[in-house]
Amino acid sequence: MNIPDNLKYTKEHEWIRMDGDFAIVGITDYAQNELGDIVYVEVETVGETLEKEETYGTIEAVKTVSDLFMPVTGEIIEFNEELEDNPEIINSDPYGKGWIIKIKPDNPSDIMDLLDSAGYKDLI
Amino acid sequence: MKNTAFIRMHEALGAKIVPFAGFNMPIQFEGVNAEHETVRKAVGVFDVSHMGEIWVRGPKAVELLQKLLTNDVSKLVDGKIQYTCFTNHLGGIVDDLLLYRFDAENYLLAINASNIEKDWKWMQENNDVGAIIENASDTTSQLAIQGPKAMATLQKLTNVDLTTIPYYTFKVIEFAGLKDVIMSATGYTGEKNSYEIYFPNEYAGKIWNAVFEAGAEFGIKPIGLGARDTLRLEMGFCLYGNDINETTSPIEAGLGWITKFVEGKDFINRAYHENLKINGVTRRLRGFEMIDKGIPRQHYEICDADGNIIGKVTSGTMSPSLKKAIGMGYLKTGFDAFGQEIYIKIREKLLKAKVVKTPFYEG
Repeated sequence: MNIPDNLKYTKEHEWIRMDGDFAIVGITDYAQNELGDIVYVEVETVGETLEKEETYGTIEAVKTVSDLFMPVTGEIIEFNEELEDNPEIINSDPYGKGWIIKIKPDNPSDIMDLLDSAGYKDLI
Repeated sequence: MKNTAFIRMHEALGAKIVPFAGFNMPIQFEGVNAEHETVRKAVGVFDVSHMGEIWVRGPKAVELLQKLLTNDVSKLVDGKIQYTCFTNHLGGIVDDLLLYRFDAENYLLAINASNIEKDWKWMQENNDVGAIIENASDTTSQLAIQGPKAMATLQKLTNVDLTTIPYYTFKVIEFAGLKDVIMSATGYTGEKNSYEIYFPNEYAGKIWNAVFEAGAEFGIKPIGLGARDTLRLEMGFCLYGNDINETTSPIEAGLGWITKFVEGKDFINRAYHENLKINGVTRRLRGFEMIDKGIPRQHYEICDADGNIIGKVTSGTMSPSLKKAIGMGYLKTGFDAFGQEIYIKIREKLLKAKVVKTPFYEG
């Protein structure tokens, strides 16, 4: 199971990485593997500011529908539009091309409070 | 939780195992989409040993079957198979199944795993004619070998010419050096020249290995229940518990073709279903495909353009072969014409879909 050291993680199997003033959010390798073939991602919250743990979208595998949760409070700046036609890139590259949203965290230091790779590894 | 005779093979292959109908079953091996494609383009093997097998025997066999089943048992000849169902007293279906005629006094029923105990009880309760009933579910294994290379794979393992076993017929043959294997030209995928084989649990290891060895050159792979569901849904085949159940009439479900109102066949609750056939139904099971983006799922509401509920989704998925979201559901009559626009309520939004003919997938 791939759990990169340079990312932060949540109990809901999201990862987050700072990128200047913004942060990139996706789901973990463990999560994509548990879900199986991902066939649809829906994010209609671009422009909204959501609280930590609020639902920002939906991800559907062949047999399941799951919510996507905000790792920290912030504004959703961008949805990875590549996922509209090729949601399966979350399976093949969950930490790279399969990123899901870009956010502007209200308080970037919130990210430091999330799990590090060792902490996430213990969780799964 | 029970195990089939193949549990160790599944575990060794890294299958994701889930509880299903009282059994530990592989839901997927390498992934649903890849497995689906294996069956559509090459050949796949499904462990369907969780399914039930009940024998009905003796001089009263036909009398009991004609009373319990909707299809006309008298039309069967030795070596032929019928798709059929049991109806209850409430206007619905107890189970759907395959009926095999070995001879005039020996019939085999292949039933759904989730309904084995219910069916067994139902058959005993209604056996006032004195037929002999045997439940062989725990001692019988079953594999489905499906796909364009299924015949070439299995032909290597028997001297019986498989072209002499057309669709919906079977033979009891020597297979992989083992006697009395039931070779049935049936399946739940829509693939032609594909088979389901039945044999005693003791044969499981030998048959599994022989089939995988024979199919190696064609890229044979194990297939889980996840792909079994996407494959059957692309064909518009009903799944008991989703598309048909204790409250749905076969006439509403598009199964009129297996419901025979012939003289001398007084199956349970015949009058109710016959009335639906003559006077019309108020809802009908239909296939639909999404026009807007979204995936229909079981229990989602189906609405008209104004948001009035006109039905419910019974099955839905993203079709791996068609790359389209498809589904089935009961629609109020008046909204069931092919081409009719309907709306599926997905996360509080009405998303457009249209009623289409099944099968969704045409090979």
